[in-house]
Amino acid sequence: MSVFNQSRSTIIRLIFLGVFIIIIGQLINLQLFSDKYKQLAMNNALFAKVIYPDRGIIYDRKGKAILNNTIMYDLVVTPSQVKNVDTTALCYLLGIDTTEFKQRMIEAIFKNTRFRPSVFEGLLRSDLYAKLDENIWKFPGFDLVERPVRKYPFNAAAHILGYIGEADSSVIRRYGGFYRMGDYIGRSGLEQSYEEILRGQRGVKYIIKDNKNRLQGSFEKGENDTAAIAGRGLRTSIDIELQQLAEKLMTDKVGAVVAIEPKTGGIIAMVSGPNFNPNDLTGPDKQKNYASLALNVSAPLLNRAIKGQYPAGSTYKPLGALIGLNEGVITQNSGYDCHGVYTVCPHPVKCDEKIAGHAANLRLAIAHSCNSFFSQTLKLTIDNPQYHSARRGLTKWKEYVNAFGLGHRIGVDLPSEDGGNIPDTTAYDKEYRGQWNSCTMVGGGLGIGQDKMSVTPLQMANAICIVANKGYFYTPHFVEKIDGGSTEDTLLNRFSRKHEVLTHISDDAYETVISGMQDVVEIGTARIARIPGIDMCAKTGTAQNRLVVLGKAIDLPNNSMFVCFAPRENPKIVIAVVVQNAGYGSKWAAPIGSLLVEKYLNDTLRAERIKEADVISHSNLMPTYLKRVQYHEDSLRAALWARQTGDSTRWFKYVSPSFRAMQLDTSRRTDNKIPDDKKIFMIKPKTNNTIPQKDSVRH
Amino acid sequence: MNQRNAIISKGADSLLVCLYIILVCIGILSIFATSYKEGDNVVQGFLSFKTDYSKQFYFFIISGILATFVLITDSKFFTATANLSYAVGIFLMLLVFPFHSDIKGTKSIIKLGGFNLQPAEMCKLFVNLALAKYLSRIETDFKKTKSQLIAAAIAIAPAVLSIAQSEMGLALVYFSFFLVMFREGLPAAILVVGFSLGALVVATLVVPLNTLAFVLTVIAAATIYFMRRQIKRRREVLVTIMAIWVVCVSVQRFAVPFAFKHALKSYQVERIYSMLGKDVPEEYVRGNTADEDPAKASKKKEAGDYNVKQSKIAIGSGGLYGKGLLSGTQTRNGFVPEQHTDFIFCTIGEGFGFIGSMVLLGIYFLLIMRIVTIAERQRSVFSRCYAYGVASVIFFHITINICMTIGLAPVIGIPLPFLSYGGTALLTFTMLLFILIRLDADRQMVLR
Repeated sequence: MSVFNQSRSTIIRLIFLGVFIIIIGQLINLQLFSDKYKQLAMNNALFAKVIYPDRGIIYDRKGKAILNNTIMYDLVVTPSQVKNVDTTALCYLLGIDTTEFKQRMIEAIFKNTRFRPSVFEGLLRSDLYAKLDENIWKFPGFDLVERPVRKYPFNAAAHILGYIGEADSSVIRRYGGFYRMGDYIGRSGLEQSYEEILRGQRGVKYIIKDNKNRLQGSFEKGENDTAAIAGRGLRTSIDIELQQLAEKLMTDKVGAVVAIEPKTGGIIAMVSGPNFNPNDLTGPDKQKNYASLALNVSAPLLNRAIKGQYPAGSTYKPLGALIGLNEGVITQNSGYDCHGVYTVCPHPVKCDEKIAGHAANLRLAIAHSCNSFFSQTLKLTIDNPQYHSARRGLTKWKEYVNAFGLGHRIGVDLPSEDGGNIPDTTAYDKEYRGQWNSCTMVGGGLGIGQDKMSVTPLQMANAICIVANKGYFYTPHFVEKIDGGSTEDTLLNRFSRKHEVLTHISDDAYETVISGMQDVVEIGTARIARIPGIDMCAKTGTAQNRLVVLGKAIDLPNNSMFVCFAPRENPKIVIAVVVQNAGYGSKWAAPIGSLLVEKYLNDTLRAERIKEADVISHSNLMPTYLKRVQYHEDSLRAALWARQTGDSTRWFKYVSPSFRAMQLDTSRRTDNKIPDDKKIFMIKPKTNNTIPQKDSVRH
Repeated sequence: MNQRNAIISKGADSLLVCLYIILVCIGILSIFATSYKEGDNVVQGFLSFKTDYSKQFYFFIISGILATFVLITDSKFFTATANLSYAVGIFLMLLVFPFHSDIKGTKSIIKLGGFNLQPAEMCKLFVNLALAKYLSRIETDFKKTKSQLIAAAIAIAPAVLSIAQSEMGLALVYFSFFLVMFREGLPAAILVVGFSLGALVVATLVVPLNTLAFVLTVIAAATIYFMRRQIKRRREVLVTIMAIWVVCVSVQRFAVPFAFKHALKSYQVERIYSMLGKDVPEEYVRGNTADEDPAKASKKKEAGDYNVKQSKIAIGSGGLYGKGLLSGTQTRNGFVPEQHTDFIFCTIGEGFGFIGSMVLLGIYFLLIMRIVTIAERQRSVFSRCYAYGVASVIFFHITINICMTIGLAPVIGIPLPFLSYGGTALLTFTMLLFILIRLDADRQMVLR
């Protein structure tokens, strides 16, 4: 039998061999030719933890950190470890009820499973943190985790520094996936302009996790990890003390202040009123504060120093004088016999100064801000016989004004700067169908910086820099130096380039105009701004303005404006101040400018001037129409809310007492006799609300 | 060394012993790799009897002692007690029904103090002995169908009992004894038919019903066409072909659907389908049968899928060289379920890659081939049958287990010989192997 079956031994061996070959084949397939399993294994077991670097710090010109990082704490929970927690005590500390507690726990489990920590309450207030830190041992499963947050130690320079916010989908798309959901990105100010410098470089840490997503330790001893590189610091030209003073002075005022160092173009201070505390846009109440700022009709988030467009008013006059002098249409001895009104053109231009001889020569005309003189100067410039036509005269004039940096963006290192407006021939062609002459704009007030001319406070300050420098300027900017980097060569180069735009105007012409501007302070309209021991050159401005408020055009009080530079020789600071609807330039803007000059040059204020500063800072010059507009907007919003959700409680307070009484009355009555026009009170909640309920929005 | 040692080692096949020790060590190392945590004291861990690798280590020592006893036993003892041990084995398996304790869904375990006894596991050894004994009887004429049926019955009886204990995997193992019978003269046709039947069942599951019927008909028609000359001479050929065709079609039409609907548990159906990479067809989905609610069933299905998927990921991610003993991210962090028992091969595949897997398979192949060689040099039929039985059982375990981990076979819970964690399994395989070594050592002393 065994002899007979000997061959079967071989068959059995072959069967064994065959099966082993099949197994080896599959192993070759799995281990040598399939890359996907390696990837799947990585996905399974690796958790790439992003390490966020500290954002760069921003310093002022004296090296003080004006935008810094601080640590806040998140209360974090790992649901699987929560055992025997005194829920009531925790809820009491957090100020929530147990339903809310349960809801948050469910959310946490839903988002990050039971085994991974999720944020239970983000960015704790410091008092709450102190309380929790003391008691955290009572709450197993809960932990306090550090989280870096931006901090503005001086509570100042909100508009300059900007704020950061979470990157939304449009940002993520724009940067090609560099940012992820939940990353922070600069949303305005220097935070946005220098995002690439400030953000630093993210690091990645690979951590092994187990089948329940619990982290086990570093992968391959951290060989593939990349360290986070902190963002680089920015050295700016801001003087934070001056900035704080300027902000104090602009309290409860609509307007802007810009202070520039003319020799470098470095911006020393920039304020936009109304202002806000930049720390409101960090920390736990960020959303709430942002909403209230955004809904405020006085637009505190708007940086009026670069986005507010104002008629230049009389502050334009030194420029007009320089243009006239260089074009040879006037000389320093030219005068105009003004009697309070300019009547050369059909449309008269009024002049506030009525004393005879107040415009006997150029210096006096500037000192007394004679409207007639400068209207005449503009008329002569446009009707310059050299150019044969008003059209070419205006074009030439516009060239000059543009050279002064007006009518286009000047390229400050803040996002979304406005360019202002300088009218050209096409603008007048359009309005007057080509039928215009020099009187058209002179009569409109272009000669005294009104008509179609609008400038931003930054542009005005820059134009005065050109006057102070006698023809050149550096692009106004904040950042002087980037800490330890070579990219600054390309990024900051444009700020170190000298723009010699108007050096062809003779020094004599500049001297004459500057003398006139000094006279403004010594004997002219801005005597109030005089500072003993400082040769200050200035020009006040008072611009009329109209506004359409709630469908009605109303005349508003004049804008109070002031530009100045000091000292006369070797100027160190140029200031432009605009206070909206505040009256004469000498009333509000001049003292503000003067106080800032004194503070900057002398480093302190005299005692009597500190008092003056207090008086100014406590004066509320907010235009009264804002309140009405605010009320109007709020009530509209409340009504919209009521219509969409049926919740009329917010709207209730906007309704007059008699209406309210009737509403209460009708709701008590059983027979429903309500006039149709008042039925809005009876809106019932719809079943499918378009606005989601509070519970479902919070994430 | 001393006298006793010399007697024990006399005639014992040193290669087999070496391979055995290497395999068990690899096993302990693999279990260690899956359950060792950073910072544990290794020596303490091994001696504590608390960790899995420590338990396996102690099982290894016990196995060593047992192996020594086997080696000093007279080889005639095994021949003499073969039938008795078979009876004991069957008795133990019957004992399970009243005395089993429910562990992990199986009904095949008796708890004896701290030790879990699984008679179905041990019974392999007894069946092997009994079958060898039966086949080696002088009065057995294995050419007779009656003898073949009796031999088959000896092998199948425990399998039936295993199925009754819902241990599909263990039951399948008993079919490996057909290889022994084949060696001893079972007609090859039976194996071929068995294999064809298996292929047909798989084809039924993979190919749509009518397409398969059509293909079978075409094959039958083609065969008739090509064999028309033989058919002219002998009518029976045509009848045979027609009969085969009828059987095939009825299997794929009725038998398989019947088995899937009524005989198999729904999770088994799902595992089979998941291995084939297909969803369970609707007619086989049994939502609300007595003991399975749908949620539970779907969870089980997911679990089956998950096991194979994770196991393939672990093995596949090992690559050519592997990630190193304690660096396997999948096996070290619990992604592969049951990885110290049924899925132990993942640890090798991930930690040592293709090369490591090849080495392990090489060792196994060497072991099996060595056993076959040993079998062929036996003078006694009993020893030869026994040796073939050992080779078949080990081969079957390796095949099913590794194929399961690399996605070639459905998830059937049977251990990888000598490697998987588990006392009963290790002891059984040790006994199985060392009885063979003992028999082989005495091969010159027996005539038949």
